[in-house]
Amino acid sequence: MKLLSPRRPTDPYLLLLPTLLILGCFFFYPLLAAGKLSLYSWDLLTPPRFVGLDNYRALWSEGLLLHSLELTLVFSLGVVTASTILGLALALLLNRPGRLAAFARASIFSAYIVSWVSVALLWLWILDADGGALNAALQRLGLPGWRWLSDPRLALPSLAAVTVWKLAGYAMILYLAGLQDVPAHLLEAAALDGAGRWQRFRHVTWPLLRPTTAFVTSTGAIASFQVFDVVRVMTQGGPMDHTNVLVYAIYEQIFLNLRVGRASALVVVFFLVLLGLTLWQLRLWLRREGAEGQSPPA
Amino acid sequence: MPLRWPRRLGLVGLALPWLLPYAWMVSTSFKTLPELVAAPSAPLPSGLNLDAYAAVFEAMPVGAYLLNTTLMALAIGLLQLALALPAGYALSKLSFRGRGLAFGLVVATLLIPAQVRFVPVFTLLAEVRLTNTMTALVLPFAVSALGTFLIRQALLSVPPQLIEAARLDGAGELTIIYRLLPPLLRPSLVAAFLFSFVYHWNDYFWPLVMTTDDSVRTLPLGVALLREQGTGVRWHIVMAGNVLLSLPALLLFALTQRQLIHAAAGKAAGR
Repeated sequence: MKLLSPRRPTDPYLLLLPTLLILGCFFFYPLLAAGKLSLYSWDLLTPPRFVGLDNYRALWSEGLLLHSLELTLVFSLGVVTASTILGLALALLLNRPGRLAAFARASIFSAYIVSWVSVALLWLWILDADGGALNAALQRLGLPGWRWLSDPRLALPSLAAVTVWKLAGYAMILYLAGLQDVPAHLLEAAALDGAGRWQRFRHVTWPLLRPTTAFVTSTGAIASFQVFDVVRVMTQGGPMDHTNVLVYAIYEQIFLNLRVGRASALVVVFFLVLLGLTLWQLRLWLRREGAEGQSPPA
Repeated sequence: MPLRWPRRLGLVGLALPWLLPYAWMVSTSFKTLPELVAAPSAPLPSGLNLDAYAAVFEAMPVGAYLLNTTLMALAIGLLQLALALPAGYALSKLSFRGRGLAFGLVVATLLIPAQVRFVPVFTLLAEVRLTNTMTALVLPFAVSALGTFLIRQALLSVPPQLIEAARLDGAGELTIIYRLLPPLLRPSLVAAFLFSFVYHWNDYFWPLVMTTDDSVRTLPLGVALLREQGTGVRWHIVMAGNVLLSLPALLLFALTQRQLIHAAAGKAAGR
């Protein structure tokens, strides 16, 4: 790559100044400030008071920290697994020319474009225990209805299903792009050697889709780890804290309990786990970058 | 090879789990309260009744929310491009000390999502009395690490001779950045803008934590409030609000489908 020398030595810095200023004020400062605030007790009204690690200790002993972390990880794992499998299946079925297939692809992907609030409100009504369409359909089939969002065992899986509904189209699009890179002659050669459909998928397509799978699962993990909107709109962390995922717990600590310190301590934990997830993603990305120029995870 | 009918139906059947919920939303929005109470899960409304839409317009200033949302998303998208162009240019075309560090800082911010930033940003903006303003909604997103990265990548394929020639013609750096480069980077700029626009148009979290005032509230927030305000069965009104909320996004999707899908797929593949 050939670089030009700047006309004036200060040019590059001036061109970068606005960007770095914003990054400093709204990205790096908040990160450091969250670390600092996590050591204080502050209700936004009276001056902050230094309390050391008390916030972390309280979150630990109350069980909130571990509970939220566990819920978030379970949710994330379920969402990633289901949306990856579903996205791959849809991509394989819809990887064909024709207007109907294009229509089906666009319909499925549209859920990714519509806002989380729309999706959450829509499913809140469909899953409504009394008048909702899902229970009505089940009853018509002679099956019992369920309290999808107020049964403690069902609430988190229901939220995960809604999230999968929204994200599957994105996974599908990524897999469709990945499928374009599977050379047709390899599949033809395998077919000539007598490989059946499943064998061709198992031994040709699937190994070649590995980088796509790595990208789909890692972006899915990061997106689902940040889940908030569906929780806020559909369950508000309930029933009985069974959907109180990390970001919702942070929100509740600051805006409902006015505990800035505890919220910040949760932010620090959230950031560290996210950092771990992203470094894992970066490793996957770097491993495949050797061959082709790829963009980073987002 | 043309598909037979059963397989054609199969293709559409695959999309039904996505199409039926939308149909259910639209159908509910045309119902009346008595209809909803009598038979909440009846598939079709008795007619195209617009009561629920009227109720939405009565419950909240739809026009103002729509304007706020659009202005916010537009301002964020344009600011991101305006800042990413010079930054991407410096990072990809100019030699200077600290280039690697600056690039590292930009990429590192991919690690710091809104959910990590909002507590200190909220207290910071509250101190200078900027919560409840458009500034609080736009400024913290004026830089997009991903956008800057994508534009830098696109700039790598612009030959330096082109810039040298422009310099010889007497063009200043800003002329080069804002006049010469944008037409060459069009697909990347469009992709970065569209993604940012849709993301922020849909955003619920940031406006929720930064605003309490009607004057800067956005549409996703307003529509979500429709459900919180009401007691009892008001699903027709909530769904009418939801139609108003999802329609612009779906329209934009229909119009820019190819760019959006390419951008989504390209984000992974760097194309």
